[in-house]
Amino acid sequence: MKSGKFWAWVVFALGAAYFFIPLIATVEFSMRMRRGAYSFDAYQIVLGDPRFQATFGYSVLAAIFTIILGVLIVVPAAYWIRLRLPQLRPIVEFITLLPLVIPAIVIVFGYIRMYGSNSPLPFLATDMGTNALLVIGYAMLALPYMYRAVDTGLRTIDVRTLTEAAQILGAGWGTIIGRVILPNVLIAVLSGAFLTFAIVIGEFTMASLLNRPAFGPYLQNVGANRAYEPAALAIIAFAITWGCMSLIQILSRFAPRSANRPN
Amino acid sequence: MTDLSLSNQAIAGKTAPPSEARALRLPTQWLGVAPFFIFAIMFLILPTLYLMLGAFQNDAGEFTFENIAALAQPSIVAAYWISLKVSLASALIGAFAGLAIAIAIVRGGLPEWIRSATLTFSGVASNFAGVPLAFAFLATLGRLGLATVLLNTVFGLNIYAHGFNILSFWGLTLTYVYFQIPLMVVIITPAIDGLKKEWGEAAATLGATQAQYWRMVVIPVIWPSFLGTVILLFANAFGAIATAYALTGSSLNIVPILLYAQIRGDVLHNAHLGYAIAFGMIVITGLANVFYIWFRTRSERWLK
Repeated sequence: MKSGKFWAWVVFALGAAYFFIPLIATVEFSMRMRRGAYSFDAYQIVLGDPRFQATFGYSVLAAIFTIILGVLIVVPAAYWIRLRLPQLRPIVEFITLLPLVIPAIVIVFGYIRMYGSNSPLPFLATDMGTNALLVIGYAMLALPYMYRAVDTGLRTIDVRTLTEAAQILGAGWGTIIGRVILPNVLIAVLSGAFLTFAIVIGEFTMASLLNRPAFGPYLQNVGANRAYEPAALAIIAFAITWGCMSLIQILSRFAPRSANRPN
Repeated sequence: MTDLSLSNQAIAGKTAPPSEARALRLPTQWLGVAPFFIFAIMFLILPTLYLMLGAFQNDAGEFTFENIAALAQPSIVAAYWISLKVSLASALIGAFAGLAIAIAIVRGGLPEWIRSATLTFSGVASNFAGVPLAFAFLATLGRLGLATVLLNTVFGLNIYAHGFNILSFWGLTLTYVYFQIPLMVVIITPAIDGLKKEWGEAAATLGATQAQYWRMVVIPVIWPSFLGTVILLFANAFGAIATAYALTGSSLNIVPILLYAQIRGDVLHNAHLGYAIAFGMIVITGLANVFYIWFRTRSERWLK
């Protein structure tokens, strides 16, 4: 087994090299802007760019709406399927996997053709409609992750007993979902939310094809026209992804594990 | 509005015959899942069907195979070919490298913190794709990238003089591997965890060598989840566009970039040919997923 351990270290070292060299290179490159000395000039320029602030703000807002839409659609469906319609589970699981099968570019192509200004549902006729369509598209991209997160959360609580207890106390469905079920799966929902945020914040394809002033197209535009700023932006994007994933990890420590009672 | 269902059902169950009670219940039963299904049908299934039907229609709306046949023109075939090559190469490299890393951290006797650090990092890196990833690789292996410069000054190896280019098949493949390996690690680690210690002991008791144990126990058990994940990685790379577009502009003509150009400006001068390209992409990723699900059900037999 001695040699096994040696090879494990070799594999790990090679992997670490492949993954860290680009990060180090990007950090190094992003600091080369001032001739002859390392500096944070590229970061200053990027963070001070009004277009950075505008597009980043737009994408954050889009991400928040995406998360809200995703929760509104996924939580009642996942809850109801657990409670009343378990026979629908395979169909719903299949549908939630479809966004992984159908490439994003194909989905948005379909939107452009189906919801154009001359169609019965002219989403693309107005700016607000296009924004809505972008959020819908993002919710679709995040659907597989959101559904899985919420369903995992629901598995750890006793949906049936909680629902019956709430009903005995006179709660309506809105109260049950909003004030009983949702708080119980909040950690799972938040994990799904942060993953959604990480996916949406730098998304390029949909935003670009719908002509929205989002962060992804801005990144692409800077990449095509500047030298050092893209590297700084890559580091910022990596930090955001890292932040989202860390929050998910931290949250998972608070998630209930033992209350697993099959319905 | 749905809170009618339970109280009504309780009363109806007592007073009305079962068939009537069922008739009262059915619509409210569906209200909970209705938003989900309406959403999925309107914004996922119908748009996709619209494109798929459009692939079999001409401008007058008549049924035709012409668009599918037109996919055979050299520029489109070349785009599909390079897409398939990049996806397959990055999936295979990512899968083998990811498997090696997963085995190393699970079975290699490395300290526990390495395992958890690797898994955390994999979670991050598998989501670090798109435009920023392209920037990172340009800063590494571009003409002025750190790795390029260091290889040249320290080892005297000018990779660009030897034909390497980040804006090429290998450049793109090497970049895609950055999110393929971590994805493989994240998915395959539970499968390797699922290899029971008892199997190794049983094999050893029966006199198997380490090599025999790997060849006759480990590989057959891991094989279906390995193949399934390779296919998932393939589909993952096949639909990706942002990294390639930011990296190469349109100098590397993969299918998603061709479709992107077609959507933006009808570069093929035939709207229905665009539908056909989208249809081709759905067929390829769809087939990949059929195989994935098939392998997945086979692997679940062992990994409970």
